[in-house]
Amino acid sequence: MQKTNTPLIKFTFRFLAVILALLFTSLVLLIAKTNPLEAYKNILQGSFGSWRSVANTLVVWVPLMLATLGLLFTYATGLWNIGIEGQIILGAIFTTWALRILQNTSINPTTAVILAILAGILGGALWASLTGLLRIYGGVNEIFGGLGLNFVATALTIWLIFSPWKRPGVASMSGTEPFKEAYWLSQLEGFRLSIWAVAIAIFGLILVYFVLKGTFFGLKLKAIGKNGRAAKLLGIPTSRYFMSAFLICGGFAGLAGAIQIVAVYHRLIPLISSGYGYLGMMVAMLVNFQPIWAAFVALFFAALNIGSIQLQIALKVDSTLSGVLQGALLLFFLIMEGVRTKFFESKKARQNG
Amino acid sequence: MNPKKRGKMDNNLLSSLAGVIALAVPIIFASIGETLTERSGVINLSVNGTLMLTAMTGFVVAVETSSLLLAFFISALVGSFVALIIAFSSITLKQNQVAVGFVLTLMCRDLSYFLGNPYMGKPGPRVAALPIPVLKDIPIIGPLLFNQDILVYISFVLIALAYWWVFKTRPGLMLQGIGERPAAAFTRGANVNRMRYFYTMIGGALVGLAGPVYSLSAKAGWAGPNSGLDGIGWIALAITIFGGWNPLRAAAGAYLFAFLQWLGIFLQPQLPNIPSQVLQVAPFPLMILALLLVNVGNAEWVDRTLAGLPESARRVIAKILRALRTTPPASLGIPFENE
Repeated sequence: MQKTNTPLIKFTFRFLAVILALLFTSLVLLIAKTNPLEAYKNILQGSFGSWRSVANTLVVWVPLMLATLGLLFTYATGLWNIGIEGQIILGAIFTTWALRILQNTSINPTTAVILAILAGILGGALWASLTGLLRIYGGVNEIFGGLGLNFVATALTIWLIFSPWKRPGVASMSGTEPFKEAYWLSQLEGFRLSIWAVAIAIFGLILVYFVLKGTFFGLKLKAIGKNGRAAKLLGIPTSRYFMSAFLICGGFAGLAGAIQIVAVYHRLIPLISSGYGYLGMMVAMLVNFQPIWAAFVALFFAALNIGSIQLQIALKVDSTLSGVLQGALLLFFLIMEGVRTKFFESKKARQNG
Repeated sequence: MNPKKRGKMDNNLLSSLAGVIALAVPIIFASIGETLTERSGVINLSVNGTLMLTAMTGFVVAVETSSLLLAFFISALVGSFVALIIAFSSITLKQNQVAVGFVLTLMCRDLSYFLGNPYMGKPGPRVAALPIPVLKDIPIIGPLLFNQDILVYISFVLIALAYWWVFKTRPGLMLQGIGERPAAAFTRGANVNRMRYFYTMIGGALVGLAGPVYSLSAKAGWAGPNSGLDGIGWIALAITIFGGWNPLRAAAGAYLFAFLQWLGIFLQPQLPNIPSQVLQVAPFPLMILALLLVNVGNAEWVDRTLAGLPESARRVIAKILRALRTTPPASLGIPFENE
């Protein structure tokens, strides 16, 4: 019975999941009276059709990757950090806050940007600690604590944009006053992409890979995730590891938010987190704790996001189609995983009986 | 104050409170549906997405066919179908309920935006008011309870029916059993998994009805991301916990929430410096606070702190915490295998 989990069988079921997700999305497109093939062609062109679109895909990839990396820690511990969306937002708020102060001092811009990014990491970690405290000392499930705090974070952003940080003249949904170019993370000539941002994401990826695979700390996190009670009985202080996982995840989320400010938008806007936190949760679920795969799946999801913008322009259908396709991929992935285990289990049972 | 003016003020207050009762209806549908599902031991985390998808579906069906009945019927079917996916993947395929529910909640929301896009801002039908003769003329109670639309009356019946079913009938007792100790219920002849399928789909249908209660009555119309529905499903889930998996207490939570929502709208003109988006999220910190109140009694450090307090204070606080505390069905979220 060793044959049940061969890579070939696993691959076949995953491939089937992709086919089913595409079929489902095609059905949705047909309901919206759109030609599915035309739609997929536009998504592909929009995401990888030119150097500019590849660059745009990478612009989305960086924060999505960072969010996913953080989530690998909370997932390993068995925590559902839905609050990551708010943690990204607070990272962006803290970065904006720091830059607003530092731009009026004599500190040189490069140092200011580095300090602002660190402030963002701190902001994300602090916001995550609230969810952690609520969970550990208040018994409030992290799903509800985190979700509630997401809405609070969004409201905080809007309040900041409309009241204390409003643009001279009129406050509007377009965001705060943009920072001077000296305070941007330097971008490639003619593109929106910053090589530094990509470098940060890749460095994070390598770091997380080694921490989760090769350290005692990573091992303990996984032990708690697999069996919290047993870990506690063995003397691992679970609360402390819960809190560490929240803080690390919040830090990565805050970094993603900081990148959104210093490398992408250069100002605080209402939807600064762009849903990358929730998207990151989907990526982390799809790759089942494996950082290397996370990089590829995140790239694919980022491509879908960018491609669907092209879809909206070319075919006049809403760009939320990318969300439908991403959701369908994960849903059918989970279902096919279940079918695979069920199928081989019943076969085993028959042979035994 | 002259009597005439006073009468007018009372009327304003009464119609506001009547509005609160109407505003609570969708939350009541959703949280009672979820209460039934979770009582059986299954978590349907897709409520937020399902509610938005069916709000859109109900609106589109009503616009296209002009039949409100059909709109509600199809919405209940859609809600039930989403719940079926959760039941199938968690009960039959043993996949994680939280994972499947979370994906569905996101996907259904995006589906509602994508498919509802051509219908954004269109005029549509809405459920008409249906004052009940004679009863509506009773002072205070009449305008409050009996000068509403049919959905409000159905919500009253639903609260009573759900309470009666769960606590006063044999099948209800069985329902409690499969959520608390499924193995014991199984030995007494209950088909645990089939019943879990049943209650998940019934609960899903009720959540599905909550959508068009918004789009055809409480907040009539479909405005895509501007409909203001994103997040309400999560509140309904929190109210299920706050309500201690008891339909009566869940309904009380729904009324409290609707009152706070109304208070936000009412306070808006008084606080011109605060953007409306900020007041709209006021329920969420309150949701966290409410969950904190019902859960904190279970925490270890609370016991330790209480032990250090003088006897009289300790007794009072412990009593309050015990009254607030809610405990989920023991097998909530745990798959059942009949070996």
